[in-house]
Amino acid sequence: MRTATVVGASLAGLASARALREHGFDGRITVIGEEKHAPYDRPPLSKEFLAGTVTEEDIGLTADDEDLRIDWALGRTATALHPRERTVVLDDGNRVASDAVVLATGARARTLPGPLPGGVHTLRTLDDAQALRRELVPGARLVVIGGGFIGAEVASTAAGLGCEVDVVEAGSVPLQRVLGAQMGAVCARLHTRNGVRLHPHGRVVELVGSARVTAVRLEDGRELPADTVVAGIGALPNTEWLHGSGVLVDDGVRTDEAGATNVPGVVAVGDCANSHRAYTGAPLRLEHWTNALQQPAAAAAALLGREHSPPAHHAVPYFWSDQYGHKIQFAGHRTDACSVQIEEGDPETGAFLALYTDRDDEVTGVLAVDLPRPFGGWRRKLAKRI
Amino acid sequence: MIFVGELSELPPGESVRVQGEVAIAVFNADGELYAIDDTCTHQDASLSDGWLEGCAVECPLHAACFDLRTGQPSGPPAKKPVRTHAVEVHDGQIYVRESAPVGAAPVGAEAAVGEVVR
Repeated sequence: MRTATVVGASLAGLASARALREHGFDGRITVIGEEKHAPYDRPPLSKEFLAGTVTEEDIGLTADDEDLRIDWALGRTATALHPRERTVVLDDGNRVASDAVVLATGARARTLPGPLPGGVHTLRTLDDAQALRRELVPGARLVVIGGGFIGAEVASTAAGLGCEVDVVEAGSVPLQRVLGAQMGAVCARLHTRNGVRLHPHGRVVELVGSARVTAVRLEDGRELPADTVVAGIGALPNTEWLHGSGVLVDDGVRTDEAGATNVPGVVAVGDCANSHRAYTGAPLRLEHWTNALQQPAAAAAALLGREHSPPAHHAVPYFWSDQYGHKIQFAGHRTDACSVQIEEGDPETGAFLALYTDRDDEVTGVLAVDLPRPFGGWRRKLAKRI
Repeated sequence: MIFVGELSELPPGESVRVQGEVAIAVFNADGELYAIDDTCTHQDASLSDGWLEGCAVECPLHAACFDLRTGQPSGPPAKKPVRTHAVEVHDGQIYVRESAPVGAAPVGAEAAVGEVVR
């Protein structure tokens, strides 16, 4: 293997290039990125960067003293992959052939059906965050559609900036699918305790306004006045360009645990990969930051035929969220068969740690709010069940 | 010097946060004491809440590991080292001698480690 092309220049793409170099790969690495920006960290976009407390420079992912010898193709979109010669075709007509291809194209924000008035945002990229930030001035009325992690974090940041915030949640509580009804209710209280109005069972039927949005109309007839709307309604894997390539796609690129696809020399990592997970014994597409950071090490090792033995707890899915000054951390996996017990603390009063147990009374997941240390211990205990 | 607490109250595997010019995390890693800046250089997280693994602490949020002896990160996501500080034990009391501000050479804690092990 002498040449490698990484499609995607965010965390998973950069981590792939780094992992190849760390495994001693000395050949050409080309990294193609749709955005014009050098790799940056996305989690702060809904938190500190949106709040204005960190800068674009702060969230850069490349270190000044780091020389990965990458041929960057930024501001370029990959439009096709020819699997036999592993050639990536770019939107400017250029073609990059190489011995290995890493698919790290990530996911994009799902959007509301258009046409949409002005002032309606999604949040996925640095440009998105900059555009939204300009509108979150004190007193601005923000309606967030979707009470998931992006929606909740935007609501939290906007409330902190002095905006009037409504959150429209389709379910009875936010985050029900991920955390279950009981812990979703705890997250609901975080909103209401901080002056954010939560509208459960909310179904949006219209964004009112022509040039600019003025309100969000719900199915029950209510109109929520809005200067700005953020749709936090999920993300879709960027895999359409692979149509016809022979790479197996099913809610993301299907891979084995190490990231290998059905096409030799082609691996997929991060948000665009629907990979087999030892932890669940099934394929799972994870949009988790830690997955995008850690999966590339396994994929690079697989491409180069090297051994890779990460710490056991890296196999436990993990994510965190910052809302209203609280650190929410979850590791493992929840199913509808799980029940929840509070192991430490009290959700009514503040910090707590909850365990998710399945029908066999086995702990499969752990949730902590403001208890990072015991959480770290449980994350490692969960790894022992693999 | 900053008073940290009784040595008997910081058993192996435990950590404590004290306030100097900035917050400082003090660790007992299998009987050896180390002190580093408490705030992860990647993003705002308290390393005294992190997980001790040998001579390294893993940031509780994003899994950046720092070597307690040198303050160097093991790799991404952290890009910059944390400062290390000298730890001294006198009559069973732990003290930290805070290093010069960021930019100055880090000070190792080896001298103090000897005293602790005794």
